[in-house]
Amino acid sequence: MTEQIIIAGSGGQGVMLLGKVLAQAAMLEGRQVTWFPAYGAEVRGGTSYCMVIIADQAIGSPYVTAADTLIVLNLPSLEKFKSRLKTKGLLILNSSLAQMSGEDKTGVWQFPFTDIAINLGNIKVANMVALGCYAAAKNIVKVKNILEVFKSIAPAGNSGILEINQRALAEGQKLNKG
Amino acid sequence: MVKTKILLSGNEAIAQGAIQAGCSFYAGYPITPQNELIAYMAKYMPTPPGTEAPRVFIQAESELAAISMVYGASAAGARAMTSSSSPGISLKQEGISYIAGARLPAVIVNIMRGGPGLGNIAPSQADYFQATRGGGHGDYRLIVLAPASVQEAYNLTQTAFDLADKYRTPVMILGDGILGQMMEPVQLSGRKIKTGLVKKWALSGCAGRKPNIVKSFFLREGGLEEFNLKLQANYALIKRKEERYESFFLSDAKIILVAYGSMARIAKSAMYQLRSAGKKVGLLRPVSLWPFPQQPFNRRNSKVKYLVLEMSYGQMVEDVRLAVNGKNTVDFFGRSGGGIPSEEQIIGKVRKIYHENI
Repeated sequence: MTEQIIIAGSGGQGVMLLGKVLAQAAMLEGRQVTWFPAYGAEVRGGTSYCMVIIADQAIGSPYVTAADTLIVLNLPSLEKFKSRLKTKGLLILNSSLAQMSGEDKTGVWQFPFTDIAINLGNIKVANMVALGCYAAAKNIVKVKNILEVFKSIAPAGNSGILEINQRALAEGQKLNKG
Repeated sequence: MVKTKILLSGNEAIAQGAIQAGCSFYAGYPITPQNELIAYMAKYMPTPPGTEAPRVFIQAESELAAISMVYGASAAGARAMTSSSSPGISLKQEGISYIAGARLPAVIVNIMRGGPGLGNIAPSQADYFQATRGGGHGDYRLIVLAPASVQEAYNLTQTAFDLADKYRTPVMILGDGILGQMMEPVQLSGRKIKTGLVKKWALSGCAGRKPNIVKSFFLREGGLEEFNLKLQANYALIKRKEERYESFFLSDAKIILVAYGSMARIAKSAMYQLRSAGKKVGLLRPVSLWPFPQQPFNRRNSKVKYLVLEMSYGQMVEDVRLAVNGKNTVDFFGRSGGGIPSEEQIIGKVRKIYHENI
């Protein structure tokens, strides 16, 4: 099994964190995993991305040229990366900020992650809604392990952060294709 | 049960490895793509006042200042380290030559980026010549270690400190932007932080004993030649004892890929794909770039062909040619300036050699 994922969005949307949480959850399951960031002069508002590879055997290059899954949180990132998705690959799209229409919609899970996050009370957790959606779409990492990662990285003494991320993840899991 | 691992970037793993190896002095100056290393050191090196074995972190005013501080700290007996990326390593060369000339241990990390000049911040392996041929002036060598994973970056950094002290020589960890930036699970060793190392030659205060002298300046007639011969004897010993490499399927391989660091990971994936298509391909991954591993090239059938892969336009390939000494064909494929040879390109190149020759 090899799952190659590109996670892209705008600087500030938490795409790096999304990738790290996913990578750590895969690590907890004893899988091989690499996380590779865009490390140029990324700025808030510009595009930002990271690449995660989860596999059962040793991983070669951590660079993803053809993705099994693309998680996209804004329009410029969709334009930049949609050609990198494999045929029959999975696109998880934040429809609050970018939409696919017509025939292109096949294999697309598009939901308004940003709007869902706003309704939860914190726009910043749109990334974790998307992660929950990914966990529901592909049974590669267990939600139990994602929750373990949350606990290990949430700031101590500020349990509100942990809870809203848990709720965001749960909202994402509820999203079904269609 | 799965042993507890933590997710670290290569830069962080090198820093963590250094701290566990007892690094007591770090000086550096920021540059992409090794910034996480200096940031990790800034966070974890400083010890509370009154600590029995204090550690020092300094963000220096320049690369030249950082390497000179390492020179001084090492002379005083510290386990000292600096890190940078290509253009910054060029700036450190004067200091590295002095450290080698003063027979001092030190660990220098180069997380290579694209060059020449200011270049770019993309991964590159174009500093191989600089690392293995000296870089600064004079007849000296560095031990150069090239990790290919985050775990190995952590392990080899600890080895680097031990080798530096054992042979009283600077040791370089040579990685690239991929290795520095990539995060992978790392199993931390149980190694306790090493403290209280006594170095008999160090300038540690001479009350009650003869003063030690640390210098790289020899004016007496014949004195410098004598010193150089001692250096050469040390290098000969290192060459005999410290060749390191990893190999796959050398015994039945008709084509042997030779690659180090991140490039070797890509080469390994290509090798497995080729083998599953029935091609007899092997991989030789030098771990020590100096001393370059001669042993695996010895006594190999002259029909075996080598394909050297680098993120440069051909630097290590010269050492492979020296190692086979005309006995085998040596082909090369490389890209530079931020270009990374892909698995598909490697496979294409190998198939071409197969069709032409085998």
